[in-house]
Amino acid sequence: IHTYTMSFKVLVPVKRVIDYAVKIRVRPDKMGVETANVKMSINPFDEIAVEEAIKMKEAGHASEVIAVSLGPKAVQDTIRGSIAMGADKGIHVDTGAVTDIHPLAVAKVLKRLAETEKPNLIILGKQAIDDDSNQTAQMLAGLLNWPQATFASKVVVDKATNSVKVTREIDGGLETLSLKMPAIISCDLRLNEPRYAKLQNIMKSKKAELKVHTPQDLGVDISSKIKTVSVEEPAKRTGGAKVDSVEAIVQSLKKHALI
Amino acid sequence: MFRQVVSTLRLNQYTLIQNNINYARFYSNKCLVVAEHDNNNIMPSTLNTITAATKIGAPVVLLVAGDKCSGAADKASKIKGVTTVFHADHPQLAHSLPETLAPVVIGLKERQQLTHIFTPATNFGKNFIPRVAALLDVGAVSDITAIKSEDTFTHPIYAGNAIATVQTSDAVKIGTIRTTAFEKAPAEGGAANVEALDWVAPLVEKAAADTGVTWESAEIVKSERPELTSARVVISGGRGMKSGENFKLLEDLADTMGGAVGASRAAVDSGFVSNDLQVGQTGKVVAPELYVAVGISGAIQHLAGMKDSKVIVAINKDPEAPIFQVADVGLVGDLFKVVPELTEAIKKAK
Repeated sequence: IHTYTMSFKVLVPVKRVIDYAVKIRVRPDKMGVETANVKMSINPFDEIAVEEAIKMKEAGHASEVIAVSLGPKAVQDTIRGSIAMGADKGIHVDTGAVTDIHPLAVAKVLKRLAETEKPNLIILGKQAIDDDSNQTAQMLAGLLNWPQATFASKVVVDKATNSVKVTREIDGGLETLSLKMPAIISCDLRLNEPRYAKLQNIMKSKKAELKVHTPQDLGVDISSKIKTVSVEEPAKRTGGAKVDSVEAIVQSLKKHALI
Repeated sequence: MFRQVVSTLRLNQYTLIQNNINYARFYSNKCLVVAEHDNNNIMPSTLNTITAATKIGAPVVLLVAGDKCSGAADKASKIKGVTTVFHADHPQLAHSLPETLAPVVIGLKERQQLTHIFTPATNFGKNFIPRVAALLDVGAVSDITAIKSEDTFTHPIYAGNAIATVQTSDAVKIGTIRTTAFEKAPAEGGAANVEALDWVAPLVEKAAADTGVTWESAEIVKSERPELTSARVVISGGRGMKSGENFKLLEDLADTMGGAVGASRAAVDSGFVSNDLQVGQTGKVVAPELYVAVGISGAIQHLAGMKDSKVIVAINKDPEAPIFQVADVGLVGDLFKVVPELTEAIKKAK
């Protein structure tokens, strides 16, 4: 068997979120945050996942990179953006007007796609910067009964042993795991520096293949038993007085029993 | 008229039965905390999580799973508020791999009719709890900062720029606890039974074989300084530090106060320090008792990671820097002069 000719597919789920630089506003009805006329971008951690998958292709490991996103039609922009970076094609799971999709539902959809696409690796961001859940990769790994390496800062594919070595960021340092493929990886910030898409590739991405599914045709119920009761602004801090000497800082720390 | 009386009576009876059901259900709650430990000691994050769990108003049981972790299980039995400690020991439970830990938690859920499963929102907890939730076909709530009732929790979203209150009707309520939002349960004063779990071996061995996961090595940064996310004091530097070498000034101050060193994204992007020190929206979220921001302007992304600190001190040469809007104590000045002076002054004051 010539392993180098075998297909090696990487699936990369990407999420469209409010751009990280935007100061979010809570909606007056307190049921969410304002998303109308707000700049949207690919979730920064997912951009790192796309970059890692493309690097695997450039290194001759991966033969195909598929970007997947769930949500309304607008998420096709995020998929095309990933293709412009270097992914080969996209899958859009169209949820219509439903935008509040919980990690368990996303994981169930991705499980169905994993069963049909049969990827060797699924690489995700460690968390989305809107819901901050940090759950989807772990849930997907559980549903598929695949090994997982979360918060990855280094990934080394070893096709000879059909395994992948992943260095993870843990509290206090790093640890390295070896996972039998197929496997799930979630990316931390340190993994890589995502590239900018070239204009030529952006043009090309507009014509790339993009399959559209619905949760219904995949047989997945995307409702959640976790309901939002309210979304509120956090308590505002008020800045204190400015002081004019180091001694005044020390006095203040003493007052707060910090020294 | 008669009919109305009867129906009212029936309604009362019905309400009574309903109340009894609710009453019985309330007392049938049982809350599991999965402990973070190092085989010999229970981590402080577990103590915060136990305090959160007691807010459910139901028995709190603790799982200590690992390889040769009876020392930690014994210490766990002394924690106030814990009724039973379940001790699972197996070589494949070393290093808290989610693949092998999840089946133990699920096995315990089946045997103990657990209604709640909590664990600290540290790397340990975030790594395995969603896997458990998915296998039980329930959602999970991340970074719980308040427990309003047995099914209603609050947690930050958008890196703390909004606070969501959620209510779950899942059969098992699962979540990670933001440790800085709850006090630590007393490590002494309890007298829980320790129960060894003798059924875990086949489950753990099957999970390890199915998933083909092997732990290879770890590089733990040996530092006298506490870990950033759990430190009582954090001293952070920004672009104003000008170079990585200058972070030595912050390390000296941190050492004087028993604190950790952090950084803004600007400092990380400029290559002064590594990413794992980054505090902010895409880095770590900290809430120490004291946060000292040095040469940090205070962009939204940075504030999101530290604005729940109890006391914030800012040192910056720009009097217009946004950091002064959240700082309890602000000093406008040259950090290269102020920081060494502050280190010396604190040494003297102690």
